[in-house]
Amino acid sequence: MNIRTLGILLRKEILLMKRNPFIPRIIIAMPLLVMLVLPLVVNLDVKNVGIAIVDNDRTELSRRIASDMSASEALSVKAIGFSYEDALSLVENGKADAIVVIPADYSKKLSIGGEVPRLEVDANGVNATKGMIGANYAAQSAIATLKKWMGEQAGVEIDAYGGSVVNLFNPTLDFRNYMIPALMVVLIIIICGFLPALNLVSEKETGTIEAMNVSPVGKFTFVLSKLIPYWIVGILVITVGMLIGWLVYGLVPAGNIVSIYLAAILFSLVMSGLGVAIANSSSTILQSIFVMFAFIMVFQLMGGLFTPVSSMPEWAQMVTYAIPPRYFIEIMRSVYLKGATVQDLWVQYLALSAFAIFLCGVAAKTYRKRS
Amino acid sequence: MPLVLLLLFGFAISTEVNDVKVVAVVERHTDDTRQLLEKFRVNSYFTFKGTVPFNEVEPLLRAGKADAALVLKYDGDRLCHQIIVDASNTNTAQTSTAYIEGVLRGDSEMPVITNTLYNPQLKSAYNFVPGIMGMIFILICAMMTSVSIVSEKETGSMDLLLVSPVRPRTIIFGKLVPYFLLSCIILVLMLLLSYTVLGLPFSSSVFNVIWVTILYILLALSLGLLISTLVDNQVAALLVSGVLLMLPVIMLSGMIFPIDNMPVVLQWFSGVIPARWYISAMRTLMIQQLPVSYVLTEITVLAGMAFAVMMLAIGKFNAKH
Repeated sequence: MNIRTLGILLRKEILLMKRNPFIPRIIIAMPLLVMLVLPLVVNLDVKNVGIAIVDNDRTELSRRIASDMSASEALSVKAIGFSYEDALSLVENGKADAIVVIPADYSKKLSIGGEVPRLEVDANGVNATKGMIGANYAAQSAIATLKKWMGEQAGVEIDAYGGSVVNLFNPTLDFRNYMIPALMVVLIIIICGFLPALNLVSEKETGTIEAMNVSPVGKFTFVLSKLIPYWIVGILVITVGMLIGWLVYGLVPAGNIVSIYLAAILFSLVMSGLGVAIANSSSTILQSIFVMFAFIMVFQLMGGLFTPVSSMPEWAQMVTYAIPPRYFIEIMRSVYLKGATVQDLWVQYLALSAFAIFLCGVAAKTYRKRS
Repeated sequence: MPLVLLLLFGFAISTEVNDVKVVAVVERHTDDTRQLLEKFRVNSYFTFKGTVPFNEVEPLLRAGKADAALVLKYDGDRLCHQIIVDASNTNTAQTSTAYIEGVLRGDSEMPVITNTLYNPQLKSAYNFVPGIMGMIFILICAMMTSVSIVSEKETGSMDLLLVSPVRPRTIIFGKLVPYFLLSCIILVLMLLLSYTVLGLPFSSSVFNVIWVTILYILLALSLGLLISTLVDNQVAALLVSGVLLMLPVIMLSGMIFPIDNMPVVLQWFSGVIPARWYISAMRTLMIQQLPVSYVLTEITVLAGMAFAVMMLAIGKFNAKH
């Protein structure tokens, strides 16, 4: 491999990038768009759970349960009625998410003692997460009210139970903090995956690659000259992403920035290696875009970006081991939120390096100088 | 490919929390603590990782070896607990906490019973299958139609057809019908899969599902046609249908992320995305199995959109040639 040739080729690539008005723009515009708009959208928080209360008891206690629920931050009481059918039709129309049924003579039975009568919470389970968490909110609110009421009746302060919850690493439970590091991964996937593929195939289509094929430039030198610029682009993109995360959302990595950059460098190598490999095996831009689309779809949906890998069934978790973004997303989230170090995450770094070496090898191997 | 997508994502996209890795910190072992820990050991929602000293909890959570830690200690004679949970994913954290508290409290003294309607087993597939269908039809119909028409433009065979005595309208329908039939076959296969493998509840509402989907397919086809009249080469057609259709469908249609969590401006914007209406109609018809009267708004919007886009596309096509 000749360093001087590599230098000249790199200069050519950078000149080409500068000449193309599209590329510098996309390097700035994509991060802005993704980092500014998507965090507003990707929000799986469960809030504003609409509650319809069926109050068959109609006593002070049942009214207190209702008013405590409407005072709660996560719940909003949409209607208080006396028939289950009315409440159910609210759920069917999508106006409420859960029904709370207070049975008749509830507070009477409660003060008599003996068997504890039960409240019933029916949540709309079409969205499993929302149903589950919403029902839980409603139940907790009701339990808290009951405890207080029973304490007042007995004339003593009953301490609910000696328990507390510590939310480590994300004390405010802000879902955005969880998504932002992962969105930077999306940026690198799209930019470092698409651009090299498009670049190489357009060389094929315009025919300039023929000139390269007849020149004495070596295979590795040529492929490297295609990969290195996107390395730099990847670092640029992640820097812009981190700046936006800091300036707009006030999110700074709890861990070391160097470990983020290390992972970003490895991952942009993985993606650009993949891009070049795809470009090598396809003859038209259309074909390479199609293949890239398919990869990106699978990467985004299976990489643990939107839905946690640990929720997937066993076989799907096995599949994710073969998906490079999975490791990068884990690294980003752990470093950003938990302040993990390279030693904590050596498995992920190792996997990324292996993918980088493998895909760059494939990229170099599949590039053939054909006459 | 669409079937693979449906299967892959129908199973794999899930937000269920079904395996919480728990460690315990026990100050003083007694019968009570042993009993509690035994409950975690036998519960299928937990993987009990053993007891550790308190100072190891944070490193374990940081390295992702555990999701939550349960600290049990005695305050005088009373058993107190503290749950330390890895909250980087807030939903998982909240659900895990709820599970752990449920186990600690025990079922006997629970004064509240909770049920989930329509989805007693809390399967995520119920939520995602309509979304995936909405995505696949846009992908197949709009993308493939636009690319195929534009490729005729590129190779020049479109001009050949246009100078022939065939009327432009006939050409358009000739292009659309094969894709329509293809989509119908895919629809049948997808419904078969959803009702058998993914175990969605089956009932007579399937007829409503079918005709609403056909309406949606028509809309997607006319979108593809509209795109093909606007652009001149295949790459542009792909990028336009990819960027303008795919991204909003995944992000803004409520497929994964609930619409009512978005800022108001984006909620309005999501109103122009056909998949939003389709997915919400499908959830009502397929999962809740309610009659058509509950989705009249959605159907009207879809039909209106289909009509408008179709007219616009045909108008543009005629004006051009």
